[in-house]
Amino acid sequence: MSQPFRHPDRGRVDRTRPLTFRFGDRTMTGFAGDTLASALLANGVHEVARSVNLGRPRGIVTAGVEEPSAVVQIEAPFPEPMLTATTVEVYDGLVAHPLRGQGWLAPEPDSARYDAVWAHCEVLVVGAGAAGIAAAADAAASTGDRVILVDERPPRPSEVPAGVRLLTRTTVVGYYDDNFLVAVQRRTNHLGAAAPLEQARERLWRIRAGRVVLATGAHERLIPFPDNDRPGIMLAGAALAYLRDYGVLVGRRALVYTNNDTAYRVADELRGAGVDVVVADTRADAPAADLPGARLSGVLGDRRVTGVRVAGRQLDVDAVLVTGGFSPVLHLYSQAGGRLRYDDGLGALLPDGCRQRVEVVGAAAGVGLPRCGPPPMPEPSDADGRTFVDLQRDVTIAEVRRATGAGLRSVEHVKRYTTAGTAHDQGKTSGLLTSATVAAALGSSAAEVGVTTFRPPYVPVSFATLAGRDRDDLFDAARLTPIHDWHLARGAPFENVGQWKRAWYYPRDGEDMAAAVTRECRAARTGVAMMDASTLGKIDVQGPDAGEFLDRLYTNVMSTLAIGAVRYGVMCRLDGMVFDDGTVARLTADRFLVTTTTGNAAAVLDWMEEWLQTEWPHLRVWCTSVTEQWATVALVGPGARGVLARVAPDLAVDVESFPFMRWRDATVAGLPARVFRISFSGELAYEINVATWHGYALWQALMTAGADAGITPYGTETMHVLRAEKGYPIVGQDTDGTVTPDDLGLGWAIRKSTKDFVGRRSLSRPDTARSDRKHLVGLLPDDPTLLLVEGAHIVGHTPLGPPPVPYLGHVTSSYPSVALGRTFALALVTSGRQRIGERLYATVNGTLIPVEVTSHVLYDPEGARRDG
Amino acid sequence: MSWVPEQPDRVWRSAEPKRRYQVVIVGGGGHGLATAYYLARNHGITDVAVLERGWLAGGNMARNTTIIRSNYLWEASAGIYEHALKLWESLEAELGYPILFSQRGVLNLAHSPQEVRDGMRRVQANLLAGVDAQWLDPMEVAEVCPIVNVSPQLRYPVLGATYQPRGGIAKHDYVAWGFARAASDLGVDIIEHCEVTGFDRRDGRVIGVRTTRGEIGAQTVALSAAGHTSVLADMVGLRVPLQSHALQALVSDLLLPVHPTVVMSNAVHVYVSQAHKGELVMGAGIDAHNSYSQRGAVHVIERQLAAAVELFPVFARAHVLRTWGGIVDVSPDASPIVGLTGIEGLMINCGWGTGGFKATPGIGWCYAHTIAHGQPHPLNAPFTLDRFTTGALVDEHGAAAVAH
Repeated sequence: MSQPFRHPDRGRVDRTRPLTFRFGDRTMTGFAGDTLASALLANGVHEVARSVNLGRPRGIVTAGVEEPSAVVQIEAPFPEPMLTATTVEVYDGLVAHPLRGQGWLAPEPDSARYDAVWAHCEVLVVGAGAAGIAAAADAAASTGDRVILVDERPPRPSEVPAGVRLLTRTTVVGYYDDNFLVAVQRRTNHLGAAAPLEQARERLWRIRAGRVVLATGAHERLIPFPDNDRPGIMLAGAALAYLRDYGVLVGRRALVYTNNDTAYRVADELRGAGVDVVVADTRADAPAADLPGARLSGVLGDRRVTGVRVAGRQLDVDAVLVTGGFSPVLHLYSQAGGRLRYDDGLGALLPDGCRQRVEVVGAAAGVGLPRCGPPPMPEPSDADGRTFVDLQRDVTIAEVRRATGAGLRSVEHVKRYTTAGTAHDQGKTSGLLTSATVAAALGSSAAEVGVTTFRPPYVPVSFATLAGRDRDDLFDAARLTPIHDWHLARGAPFENVGQWKRAWYYPRDGEDMAAAVTRECRAARTGVAMMDASTLGKIDVQGPDAGEFLDRLYTNVMSTLAIGAVRYGVMCRLDGMVFDDGTVARLTADRFLVTTTTGNAAAVLDWMEEWLQTEWPHLRVWCTSVTEQWATVALVGPGARGVLARVAPDLAVDVESFPFMRWRDATVAGLPARVFRISFSGELAYEINVATWHGYALWQALMTAGADAGITPYGTETMHVLRAEKGYPIVGQDTDGTVTPDDLGLGWAIRKSTKDFVGRRSLSRPDTARSDRKHLVGLLPDDPTLLLVEGAHIVGHTPLGPPPVPYLGHVTSSYPSVALGRTFALALVTSGRQRIGERLYATVNGTLIPVEVTSHVLYDPEGARRDG
Repeated sequence: MSWVPEQPDRVWRSAEPKRRYQVVIVGGGGHGLATAYYLARNHGITDVAVLERGWLAGGNMARNTTIIRSNYLWEASAGIYEHALKLWESLEAELGYPILFSQRGVLNLAHSPQEVRDGMRRVQANLLAGVDAQWLDPMEVAEVCPIVNVSPQLRYPVLGATYQPRGGIAKHDYVAWGFARAASDLGVDIIEHCEVTGFDRRDGRVIGVRTTRGEIGAQTVALSAAGHTSVLADMVGLRVPLQSHALQALVSDLLLPVHPTVVMSNAVHVYVSQAHKGELVMGAGIDAHNSYSQRGAVHVIERQLAAAVELFPVFARAHVLRTWGGIVDVSPDASPIVGLTGIEGLMINCGWGTGGFKATPGIGWCYAHTIAHGQPHPLNAPFTLDRFTTGALVDEHGAAAVAH
């Protein structure tokens, strides 16, 4: 017979919609509205899992998220591990499998979509039971505030108060500072394979609430007794829920084992549904009990309860329904910083004040809960090893007592020793039982022993849900320049530089990277070439104190800069080590344009703001990132002036009118532009800035204007080679946070005046001022075709000998150079400048390569090429 | 089947504080306990108390992600971490305690040309320092850890990795308890719920501590309280350059074996291993603000899991069971501060940031030496407090480009 334990008319499942599912090797039916647990129980299936260590058969204990036992693996429509059968809604085609404590992950990628939304409200009510609905109605009626009511269950036919936004199938999982709460909404799980792919399967709600009302109810507790883990043993309240909500009888003949009065209501209702019920009450003074003052001393049956030994008698039963009292659900309250106090009457914790605007109502505040004290602890006996405190972790009373016997006193230590409370349920039904067991063993009280810390999330949340849309291409924003499409069309590979995509090189037919870079370098040194430099960080620094401010951040003085002039600048951290470099241009008396390295743009702006906001709030300076407002094209090479003259006929481009380290406003290719005469290659060069939306037009105009001069676009690799030939360091490549400006050969950029700047004091520390620090130098391998590996280390002797081998430094940059007609490298080497001309060795994986130390400036050391 | 070892029938002996000790160690975490153990074992100094303000080893020792490796960049760092790793390799037998030390290897992924340079550099430095290190290309990464996504289509593709085969994990609590029991057996007093509230001084010298359980005299007071070390040092007017931040970690539900090694990534920021029980143990970046609160913000967790799913697509439907925070104490050069303080009778050990757990036996060994001899052990000599005055920094954050 199908669903033999389904009551003919109780429950709220939709009997017009039968559903077929498979559990293990059995195909069964349930109804729309069933959970996997209720559908299994309707089919008479209690055994749904094996225990993790002992391999004991395990059943269904609860009807909700607190389930400590019935953990299953979903296999279809998509594998998901370790879900509680009590929270999985049944759908057609569901395939689930019993687990033994460990689930498995699908090897194929999860194609479902996840997203996240923000919500703001004056009042957030968590839990749509009677207390929650009343609180929400109250809040909505009295003020007209935005009220959100969140409930973990599927929609119910109950009344939603007017003006209240109800989120169902939604569980608040975390309560953070400033009334910021995070909830997970399960949107399409219950549809199974029919779930529309374009709809987010789960949605993360980030809710900021003016005040929070927690109507989170209470979880029933077990009573420890021997073999209290057998399938067929469940919480009394769960049995009632299965009857009321799902029309399922959890057995035909049940023992209700209780220490409180709620058992009698359960017994009456089950009897009304046709179940034979015997009530055993641990209290002697229990007039309504069939068996007052009773102790449950044994359970018969292995894979399903067949009987019990209670009060000295043996009873044939197929279900044992336990209630050991109720624990208010205060996980969120505790996460919020709420204090808890132990209440002897309830045998549970109650809210005791919180720094956040939160109130607790209903059963979560202890309202309506039966007074019963802690669950009665069994006397030590041989059965302790079969008397479970934490079902999921297979932790018994004997195990907890062994922990205290070993000398442990703190419940935190007992948790770590026994693993109690560490499973997927995080001890929802077992935490207080563990504390009570510890207290009993130590002759202490549960109040004194306390409980372990409540941590988010309240229920397990899948990684994918928390990852949301931040996956694949959306994992991190890709920043593209306005000229990106041109690079793409030209077949350029891209290099990730921070979030930016930068064109790396532009291979022509049949060219590999080396050939392309050689060609690009040659064009820049002998003809004319151009590069998209739009990613360079740009910060507009304005205000009457802007010059003073920049003087404090840069090692050289910026306040003396003339309007129209540009200066190279270095910034140090407090420790005197190079942080960033770039140029500073004075636009007007109180306005500067600062450039930064591409990767450090945000860090430099943060650095400026940190100083302005925390140390120098009196300075009248305002900083604005304008990186994305400007497109920048570097026009480089001896032919650059001719090309610029052609596109900017009104601009005087001769050396006298437009000297090095100056900028000019101009019209370039008909576009309003600001042109800088600066160079990162040593060649005559102009950096032309136009509004971002004109960047593509500028690029095309320059390509056209330079066509007959053979203008050659080049990428970041060529830029790196050109600058390295000139000994220009790249912050982050040739520096690593341990390098001073002087180490890089930039001592000239440190002001001579006594005026302070960030890092100055550190530069005078004895170790920082040593003359034998590591210096940036050039290295020429003896074999001019041999390319050193970047990261290779430098030693002064051969053979290496056994470790530890002292070393002198490492290779920071290494390239073949068409200009030098050979390979070369830059390296940081101890006393490097004193070693010029010396023979050293580069070592990679134990091999030694002879090299000669040279100046770090290998190309055009006189600077003769600067003016073209 | 998920596996945890049988726990011993006996842990440490809880002691009542005596009036005075030769050495009082403030902080009953892994470092304090290891120091006490090696004081007794290596130096015969057993008149030692370890004071813990809460439950033993309940701070960072109970909160870290248990990764052990020694492949730091600079000789000074590799020296002390490699000393620790060698001790780890025989620690289980040494302590007679099952610490679940598993040398399953540690991968540090590189996702940009600069990370490749940095990784190659660190491998070469490690080889010269005598630390096992390899550079792996993406295919070799996939051989070591088949679930890592090495597709070039990744937003930040895996371009290679450094690999330290001798790296791995151990069970943090058991390590602490093993040290505690072994120290206790040698006569060390372990005193829980005993918070230091002040110091007793005579002629400038520290001669004892005031605690919530009374005054305790000492010839040497050795601070070992991570981020709270600066709070303690403040009580004697000693300023210690530490910034404390919350660093969050999390565990997943129990899974059948899926992840054979330890993977760390800085650019796609996450680090993850699978513990013996079967849960994935993960961490990522610090919460930016200064804090002693052992909790953090959820956006950090969201970002961390985005990174996890990006690098390990199979993790999509694993579940987060629990998140928590530890406190990382970061010095200006991201290296520890160990040794003398300039105040007679007071020693200091802090600033380990994200490296504290993996250093546990090594720092215990060296700090004990420093206390016993009144002079730094050669391996912690570079990590003096006065390096911030002299400038002789051991800068690991810029250089190694590897946190944790």
